[in-house]
Amino acid sequence: MIRITKRKEMPLSQSMAIRGLSIVLSLVVCGIITTILTGLNPIDVYVTFFNGAFGSARKIWILLQEIAILLCISLALTPAFKMKFWNLGGEGQVLVGGLATAACMILLGDKIPNPLLIACMVVSSIAAGAVWALIPALFKAKWNTNETLFTLMMNYVATQLVAYFIIVWEVPKGSGKIGIINQSTEAGWLPQIGDYKYLLNIILVAVITVLMYVYLKYTKHGYEISVVGESTNTARYVGINVPKVIVRTLLLSGAICGFAGLLLVGGTDHTLTTTIANGRGFTGVMVAWLAKFNPFSMIGSSFLLVFMERGASEISTAYGLNQSFADILTGIILFFIIGSEFFITYKIKFTKKTEEVEKANV
Amino acid sequence: MKSITEHTFSRRQFVKLGGGSAIALALSGCASSGSNASSGASASTDAGSSSDSASIKPGFITLHDENSTYDLNFINAAKEACKELGISEDTYMLKTNVPEGQECYNAAAELADAGCNIIFADSFGHEDYMIQAAKEFPDIQFCHSTGTKAHTEGLDNYHNAFASIYEGRYLAGVAAGMKLNEMIDSGKITADQAKMGYVGAYTYAEVISGYTSFYLGAKSVCPSVTMEVTFTGSWYDETAEKEGATKLINDGCVLISQHADSMGAPTACENAGVPDVSYNGSTQDACPNTYIISSRINWVPYYKYAIQAVMDGSAIDTDWTGTLSTGSVELTDLNTSVAAEGTQDKLNEVKGKLEDGSLHVFDTSTFTVKGAKLDSYKADVDTDANYTPDTEVVSDGYFHESEYRSAPYFDVQIDGIELLDTAF
Repeated sequence: MIRITKRKEMPLSQSMAIRGLSIVLSLVVCGIITTILTGLNPIDVYVTFFNGAFGSARKIWILLQEIAILLCISLALTPAFKMKFWNLGGEGQVLVGGLATAACMILLGDKIPNPLLIACMVVSSIAAGAVWALIPALFKAKWNTNETLFTLMMNYVATQLVAYFIIVWEVPKGSGKIGIINQSTEAGWLPQIGDYKYLLNIILVAVITVLMYVYLKYTKHGYEISVVGESTNTARYVGINVPKVIVRTLLLSGAICGFAGLLLVGGTDHTLTTTIANGRGFTGVMVAWLAKFNPFSMIGSSFLLVFMERGASEISTAYGLNQSFADILTGIILFFIIGSEFFITYKIKFTKKTEEVEKANV
Repeated sequence: MKSITEHTFSRRQFVKLGGGSAIALALSGCASSGSNASSGASASTDAGSSSDSASIKPGFITLHDENSTYDLNFINAAKEACKELGISEDTYMLKTNVPEGQECYNAAAELADAGCNIIFADSFGHEDYMIQAAKEFPDIQFCHSTGTKAHTEGLDNYHNAFASIYEGRYLAGVAAGMKLNEMIDSGKITADQAKMGYVGAYTYAEVISGYTSFYLGAKSVCPSVTMEVTFTGSWYDETAEKEGATKLINDGCVLISQHADSMGAPTACENAGVPDVSYNGSTQDACPNTYIISSRINWVPYYKYAIQAVMDGSAIDTDWTGTLSTGSVELTDLNTSVAAEGTQDKLNEVKGKLEDGSLHVFDTSTFTVKGAKLDSYKADVDTDANYTPDTEVVSDGYFHESEYRSAPYFDVQIDGIELLDTAF
C-alpha cells in the first residue's frame, strides 16, 4: 500500500539533496536513452552538452543574455502568479512591448535625437505591455472573468497585430520581414557597454531581480499580493481592496513584460518578428513556479532551463542529430526536476499489509 | 488483497529490472566508447589522405530542420557538396532551427569561433545578421542564399547567391501547358476553360517572378490559358496551402501549382484528382495520380564553387546566379503516367533554347501589361526601405531577370493572371 501525505517543512539541505539526486537520475536516464537510440557514448554527449553552454567566452555571454531575458519575463509573471492570477499572456505582453519599441525606432528613427528616442521607446514599451495586461485584469476585477483564457487569447491578438505591422513595415516589399531596423544609423539601439553586446541587458535584469525581491518581501504591496493569493476572502476581511490589488499587480506584470520586449527589440535583435518572445512567456511560468516565486531562486531555475536548451542544441549540431532528440533529453530532465518537487512536498509511505488496511479494502 | 500483494511484488521486480538495465547501460557504454575510438582513428587517416581539404571548415545555418522541404533541399546539398569535395562529416558543421533574429548572428559567430572559414545561411531573414557577422569577422567568408544586399553592401567577404529558377518554372509551365492541351484535345475542357491555379506565399518578387514564368511557359504551348493566384502569407502553412488549392479547384482551375514549402497544395490536388506541378522536389510518392513534374534549385554547384574558392584562396562572386547550365536549376521526375505524351521531348527542346539564349522567359513580345507591351521597366534592384525603382531592366526585347543581382526582381502584374487576394 502506498500512502501519500503532505510534508510539513523539509530542511533546505534535504530538499536540495533530493533535487540534486533527481538531476543525477535524469542524466542517467538520458544516458540510457542516448545509448539505445544513437549508440553514442553518454559521457561524450554530456561533455558536449556542457560545452554548448560554457564552451567559449561567446557561449557564456549568450547563455547569460538568454538567462537575463527569460528571467526578466519570469520576474514579470511572478507577482501575478503569486496572487494566483494565471497570467498566461506573457508572450503577448512581450510582443506588444517589442511592437511599441519597433514603432518608435522606425517612425521616429531619424527625426529626434537618440537619447529622446530611447526614452520614447522605454516609455511606450512599458506602457504597451502594461495595457495588454491591464485589459484582462480589469475584466477580472470587475466581472470576475476567467483570466487564464483571457490572457491566453490576448497573445493571439498581439501576434496578429505584430504580423500586420510587419507587412506595413516590411523591407523589401512582399518579403514578410522587417530586417534589422536602422542598421546603418543604429538609431534607437540601446547603448553597448564596452565590447560587451549583452552586458546592459544583464545588468538591467539583475537590478529588476533585486527590486522584485524587495517589492515582494518587504513592501506593503508585496504583502497584499500574498494575502490575495492565499485567499481573497481573507484579503477582503482584513480590508484589502482586492480589485485594486489585481489591477495594480497586473500593470506591474505587463510593464515588465513590455520592458523585456524593449530589451529584445532595442537591445539585441533590432528587428520584430512574431516569434521574438519564442515561447518564453510560457517557459517563464515554469521558471517562476520551480523557484517558488523567489526572485533569487529564479536565477537558478532560469539558468537550468537555458543551460539545457543551449546544451541540447549543441548536441544536435555536434552529432548531426535532429533537434527533436535534444528536446527529448530536455523533456526527460524536466520530468525529473518537476517530479522531485513532488517528493519534496509529499511524503510517501509504503505501509505493511495490516488488519486495518485489509478491512478498509474489503 | 491478492492484487495488492501482486502489485508490491511486481514493483520489486521492476526495481530488479531497473538494476539490470543499469548494468546493460554500463556494458553498452563500454561498447560504444570502444567503437568511438576506432572511428576516431579512421577519421584521422582520412585527414591524412586528402591534404588540400585539411584547412577548410564550412558551416551551415538553416532556418528549420529536415522536416521542411525547403531546408531539406539545402541540408542535402550541404552534405553532398562536402562529400564531393572530400570534406569529412566531422569537419563541417550544421546548425538547424536558427530563427531569423539575433540567434542567427550568434550562430554565425559561434561557427566562426569554432574555426569555420566559410559560413552559409539559407533563409531570406538571416541576411542582416549574416552581414553583421561578416563585418565582425572580415577573414571569414559569409554566403547567403536568396538575399538581396551583397551588391550594395560593399563587403569583400559577404556574398549572395540564387538561381535562375524562373527558367525551371518556365519549363514546368511548358509541361503544364502540354497537359492542358491534352485535356482540350480530349474534349475534357474547352480552350477557354484552360485555367490554372497557383498558391503563392507572399506578393514578393521571388513569388511573382515564379508564377509569371510558370504562366508564360504554359502560354507558350497553350495560348488560351489563364491563371488565378492566391497567397497564404507564409512560406510554410500546410492548412492555408491546402485550403488555397481547394479554393482554386472549386473556382474552376483545372491544374494547380504552388510556391510554398508544405505538402498542402499537392495533397489537395491528389484528393480532388487535379493535376499538380510541384516545387522543391518530387511529390510523386504522396501524389502518384496527379503529380506531373517539379522544379527546384540544386544548391550543390554553388556550395562546391564557394567552398572550392576558399580552398584555392580565390574570390567568391558577390552575387552568384546559378542556371540550367550550371546544374543549379533542375526539373525532377517527370511522371509519365500523368504528363501529356511528348512532354519530355518538348522540355528538352525548350531547355536547349533557353540555354543557348535563343529563347528568353520574359520576352516582352509574349505578354502584355494592361493591354500594352512592356517597353521599359525600372525595378527595385537595390534594396531599400522606400522600395524605390532604380534600374532599367528591359532591353533587347526582354526583361533581364537575375542579371543585375541574383535574387529575382520581376514584380510586374501581367495580363491573363488574376490575383484573388493581395493581402500579403
